[in-house]
Amino acid sequence: MKINWFKYSSPQTFYPLAEKMIPWFAWLAAILAVAGLYISFVMAPTDFQQGEAYRIIFVHVPAAWMSMVIYIVMAAWAGLGLALNARLSAMMAQALAPTGAIFTLLALVTGSLWGKPMWGAWWVWDARLTSELILLFLYLGFIALQSSIDDPRRADRAGALLALVGVVNVPIIYFSVKWWNTLHQGSSINMGAAPKMAATMLLGMLLMALAFWMYTVAVALMRVRCIMLERERSADWVKALSLGAKS
Amino acid sequence: MNDAWLIILKRDLLLAFRRRSDVATTLFFFLIVSSLFPLGVGPEVAVLSSIAPGVLWVAALLAGMISLNRLFAADFTDGSLEQMLIAPQPLALLVLAKILAHWLVCGLPVVLLAPLIGLQYALPNDALLVLVWSLLLGTPTLSLIGAIGAALTLGVRGSGLLVALLVLPLYIPVLIFGAGAVAASQHGMSAQAHLSLLAACSLLSLVLAPLATAAALRISVE
Repeated sequence: MKINWFKYSSPQTFYPLAEKMIPWFAWLAAILAVAGLYISFVMAPTDFQQGEAYRIIFVHVPAAWMSMVIYIVMAAWAGLGLALNARLSAMMAQALAPTGAIFTLLALVTGSLWGKPMWGAWWVWDARLTSELILLFLYLGFIALQSSIDDPRRADRAGALLALVGVVNVPIIYFSVKWWNTLHQGSSINMGAAPKMAATMLLGMLLMALAFWMYTVAVALMRVRCIMLERERSADWVKALSLGAKS
Repeated sequence: MNDAWLIILKRDLLLAFRRRSDVATTLFFFLIVSSLFPLGVGPEVAVLSSIAPGVLWVAALLAGMISLNRLFAADFTDGSLEQMLIAPQPLALLVLAKILAHWLVCGLPVVLLAPLIGLQYALPNDALLVLVWSLLLGTPTLSLIGAIGAALTLGVRGSGLLVALLVLPLYIPVLIFGAGAVAASQHGMSAQAHLSLLAACSLLSLVLAPLATAAALRISVE
């Protein structure tokens, strides 16, 4: 049997597939989020040092994880699109960027909300906070570059190149910020030395991370469907779709 | 191959020499930005010398950035960029010549002017020397990475601000190591680790950035 690997690489065939996939991922996200929130707010014990305020990590840590994962996935799609000249891959990269930026912002906001009771300041120039902030700048640069180029093919390829340059730079930026931080601050604040987490806390965090992941997939698929319709508006299959919707 | 490389370098230097005010603009920008800080912060010597490494490096970063738009724009409008794209020589090499010319015109003067401003900030002598070394090793990276941004935003509306958004986050490691080197020597420590890292950044971007810039130019011009 010969498998056609590229069957779903054309927008025409992927559009209905994405429609079928969205509810699955959305429901998975909802179920996992309810389970994760139940565990993190009801079952997880109160921390003896940090009280109830620590519970924000059940949103903060998964959001920070997702912000990094999405950047890598986005760059991978972008690179694939650049290498194979595949339209759909570039559309996926474009669809992922806003979600990644939102998770980065969420991680920053929840981080500073957590920092106020823990460290007594809304913002500290901690290595992780700073590199997360720079990650937000990288996302914004990608989105700004893509939206300021009118020709979609050129926007795809320029954005892809920028994402790849960013991926090469992310480790350099991360380590430079880390060394900068250790030079300037000493070890007054060290999140790495936090007490070992209880198993329920870890479970809650993992469930929330999975929920965020499924949400990301669902939202990216929704967004990519809109992008497909917008870009392919003059293609026959889109016209057929809109005619079918009218009749 | 070498000929084409040299010809482009000479041509760009000659063009810059004929339009001397362009070079002066970058230099004056650097001068003005670094003179604003004492006015804003106050003239206390202790404060000034403690902020000097960061201020001078940020000013150098911004001065390098505002001149990026000129890197390819003129060649793009008069069509000579297209000739470079279809030339038999590897585009990355020709691009490297343009970047080198840009650094000689916009980077090197800043390196040479910096110790003078460092004096105004009451930097001690050995810190001044480290400042020059760090700028000498670091500013080529700025031109190399900046070229990618300049190539990506070629002919795009609002490219001046866009290039800042794309390039400045990528400049952060150079800023950290460069300002760190000067600060280390101010505190009586060895600046060698920082300088080595700066040199490593320069070498890495020397290899990768011309290739990425060439790819970006092909995307932008096609």
